[in-house]
Amino acid sequence: DSQTTAFLLRKHWVLYSVTPLYKFSSAHLKVYAKLLSAFIAAEKQKGLAVEVGVELDIKVAVTSLPDLKGSDQDEAAILVQLSLRSQASQKKSEEKLVWSGWFCSVCGDDLSKNMPEDFTCLPVFLANGAESYTSIVGSWFQKTFDCCFHRLAISPLNLSWMAAMWTGCKVDETASAMELVFSVPHLPQSLDILYAIHPEDAKALWDTVQKTPGEITQEEVDVFMDCLYSHFHRHFKIHLSSTKLVKVSTAIASAHCDGIIKFLQSQYVIEVLMLLTELAISQIQ
Amino acid sequence: MQRKKGSGTPKQPLQDRQKSQSDLSAWRKGGTIDPEKSVQDHQSLNDQEANSKQDSLEPALSYFAKVQDHISLKRNSALQRHLATVESIALQRGLPPEAFDVLLNAALSGKLADTVNTRLLKSLIPDSVIPETSVVSSVSWLCVSKCSSNIQVLFLRWLITFFDFIDHKEELHALYGFFFYFLQDEKMCPYVCHVLYLLTRKENVKPFRVRRLLDLQAKMGMRSHLQALLSLYKLFCPELVTIILPAKTKTYFKNAEGPWKAAIKTIRQRKQKNSPVPQPLLLGTAQPRSRKRKWNTQLMIPASSTNRNHLEEVRQKNSDLYSTDECFPVEQLQTFPQLLQNIHHLEFPSRMGSVLTNPLLLHYMNCIKDESVYLRLYYWLGQTLQEECTWCVADNSQHEEEFKDFLETLCSAQCFLQEGLSPCEEFLYRSLPLWDGLCCRSQILRLVSWIPLNSFSEMKSHLYDPLAQLFFTSSLYFKCSVLESLKGLLQNWLNWQMVHLDSASDSRIHSLNTTFSGLLNMVAELIHFVGMISTVALRLESDHTFLLYFILDFYETVCDMYLKYNLPLLIMPPAGVFYPMLLSMDSVSLNQLCYIMYRYRTNLVAAKENEQSKKEIQQFRFSNETYKEYNQYITAMVGCLWTSNAFQKDIHPQGLRMDDELLNKTAVEEFRTSFNIVYHPAMIGYAVLFLQQACPGDITFNFNLIKVRFLNWYLEYLYAQGLEGLKVFIESSINRVSKASRNEAGNMEK
Repeated sequence: DSQTTAFLLRKHWVLYSVTPLYKFSSAHLKVYAKLLSAFIAAEKQKGLAVEVGVELDIKVAVTSLPDLKGSDQDEAAILVQLSLRSQASQKKSEEKLVWSGWFCSVCGDDLSKNMPEDFTCLPVFLANGAESYTSIVGSWFQKTFDCCFHRLAISPLNLSWMAAMWTGCKVDETASAMELVFSVPHLPQSLDILYAIHPEDAKALWDTVQKTPGEITQEEVDVFMDCLYSHFHRHFKIHLSSTKLVKVSTAIASAHCDGIIKFLQSQYVIEVLMLLTELAISQIQ
Repeated sequence: MQRKKGSGTPKQPLQDRQKSQSDLSAWRKGGTIDPEKSVQDHQSLNDQEANSKQDSLEPALSYFAKVQDHISLKRNSALQRHLATVESIALQRGLPPEAFDVLLNAALSGKLADTVNTRLLKSLIPDSVIPETSVVSSVSWLCVSKCSSNIQVLFLRWLITFFDFIDHKEELHALYGFFFYFLQDEKMCPYVCHVLYLLTRKENVKPFRVRRLLDLQAKMGMRSHLQALLSLYKLFCPELVTIILPAKTKTYFKNAEGPWKAAIKTIRQRKQKNSPVPQPLLLGTAQPRSRKRKWNTQLMIPASSTNRNHLEEVRQKNSDLYSTDECFPVEQLQTFPQLLQNIHHLEFPSRMGSVLTNPLLLHYMNCIKDESVYLRLYYWLGQTLQEECTWCVADNSQHEEEFKDFLETLCSAQCFLQEGLSPCEEFLYRSLPLWDGLCCRSQILRLVSWIPLNSFSEMKSHLYDPLAQLFFTSSLYFKCSVLESLKGLLQNWLNWQMVHLDSASDSRIHSLNTTFSGLLNMVAELIHFVGMISTVALRLESDHTFLLYFILDFYETVCDMYLKYNLPLLIMPPAGVFYPMLLSMDSVSLNQLCYIMYRYRTNLVAAKENEQSKKEIQQFRFSNETYKEYNQYITAMVGCLWTSNAFQKDIHPQGLRMDDELLNKTAVEEFRTSFNIVYHPAMIGYAVLFLQQACPGDITFNFNLIKVRFLNWYLEYLYAQGLEGLKVFIESSINRVSKASRNEAGNMEK
């Protein structure tokens, strides 16, 4: 399990929501890879026709990640990897991974229940690499499976949820500081405020706020954030509640409001993905 | 003779793909349409003319048939003369079919100098058709390379220009391989591509040809003509070619105008008989515009067929790829007859969003009530609306025009389907609270009209509240537009329930899980909402006539719901709407009110009768409150328009009833008679005009005379002025007693 998720860690993933894929079948991943690689080659050459199936500069691999899911109802995650073949030698070892992206669904029952058979629900798409590749791959999927990709931004409200949830998670190693970045609106120049808290302090605060373990309410999240805000105000006379929370980093993961996420702990990848799946589904529906 | 032969052109269907050169084919059609009539009309003249020309063409033809090698044009007067003859006849009225064999042979055999060949080819303008055999033999001349490359190219250009004039094309199709071979000639290549483009059928698309084209492309770089041919191959066999066409479709081939365009034009003008050929109704897709975005570059997707079918067996043997049970590509779907012929093996395009601009596919969608079809469309539509909305997404404002067009397309699609699409509903609920009431106003209000009737949606908080806020704070014209849109909404709901509630088989209705009383509540809620905003609007706008018109228009639908739409629901307008209409200074509004009250009466009477005969389900009977309200209004109306006792008899709590004491204080002399058919502010103008006609010369304007002496005449006069509503109202709701008692009433008034 940790092997499959190892490559996900410590990379910035740009988040997208994806509507259900029509007539997608995990039995044809190899064919998809061939078609996609021809499509990429054709796109790169801007209008030149490309024969399907010949050896091309960019190698596409489409594989399944069966472990990356929350429940039996979830579809297995699908990984797409683009690697560049070096011109000098055709050896496989010369291939260089240039872009990767994956579709997944963790406890996405809200979307997948009552869905007709022809549809595959993998509402979260995460991409790492040049955006030009993301757009080509995304276009191909949109065209082929009649789905829609949409950037998944994370609202400040959801960021504060992440801050609270991840504060409460246990991490073995000596954890890094919890960092919150706030952006001050309506200024001629952008001004960001970085608020770093020692993880144990944050955890202690959260433990006093949370009433029942394993359950979090909006009220608790609000209280937690208000405590942090009032502490900050006591020292700096700045009301953080009037600013916008743009980024949250903890030992578990870091998330940016533009829809960028970095996983840091493999044992919490599924939990983070569950929240992201929920956000993606609410954007789709 | 010749002309008759020409007019017997075998009827050839126009090219099914859009590759026919429309102006030429139109001309040909024009030239051959209704030949008998024109022949009769101009018989003698034409015969004469034709005979004289024909006489001189025949020697020229026999000369070119026997012409020897290498004759110099300069030194040979016979050649000069015959060439001039051919040219002049060709330019004047075109050449007969049998001339082509001879002249093409002469021009391509290489016997003559290139200047002569060029002149011959340039004058090969058909008067009706070109025989296929002559074209086939010309191709064989090309194969033996007797003529120069310039002549070869000119011949190909000629072939392209006149392709639609060739009488059959079967043998020409058989030469597909020969033409394909010519592709390697760099000079001919663009023209050969064009010929192939015109000739290609599905069976011509072979893997080796695709490979050859790809090789050529690799050698020559991107060429639009190769791209054209490849895109056509892709259309036929999508699995063989992966090609990305630029978003802006270029013209693949330069206009094959050649030296012939002018000649065709002249001949077309000379042929006066050409009747206008009706343009085929184009149900095409809107041209997408370029868009500065990284992906999702087009808001409107052009329809393209899915190659999903081929995904599964793409790695199987090639022969399988051409199996005949494949689908009719949506790109080729251009006409309604095509839709009918292919409906059993038509497949939806790869992206459902593209159906919106394609009425034929919308037709098809209407037939196929498949859940996944709607689901695909809904997901796309929901996401697109969410992402593109110019006032919900921060930096989208520069795309307003495009978004407006998109909404416009949506409106027409919904109108075409006669059905609201649920993503539009959700979009409205989400975006109306943020809307400024200006951006894309007419489109948004039209979308409002198509909100589906669905008792689950909370219309009050989602639609009515945000709409009312905008309504109260916006201009008179916005108010009128909103009223018009809500009238559309009401009508769509009424139509929908008429159609769908009867057909219990429609499964999609059952899935809505709506109850009939739920639907009734929805409709009632809408009518009450319009009554409420109308009341407020009339006060805000001081009973503006324009506003009255839109409100009355709405109630014209409301008053007839029982009889016209079979809905056991009648709702009277609120007093705040009724009285401004009744006291309107404008006869049009009053007349309309009379009509509406007449329809209310008719509906209520019908309901009462049905109730008594127990035809109705007792659950849905009109409440006594409705009858009571109607009676109150009718009393006020009769008092205002007839008995002059509105101030005394009106019993509506918000009505006109006033004490005499109070009325005396107004210092109006004859307040009692201030409101009746003569004195009503909306009527007094008619009364003046009537008196001028009835008692010419009398300038005292004794209005009392009308009621006493001329009442019937006056009424006839009013009816003749177009006050039909007043007529039906008076005839139905006013119990016109005998003349004597009317006089009595008149006396009493005095």
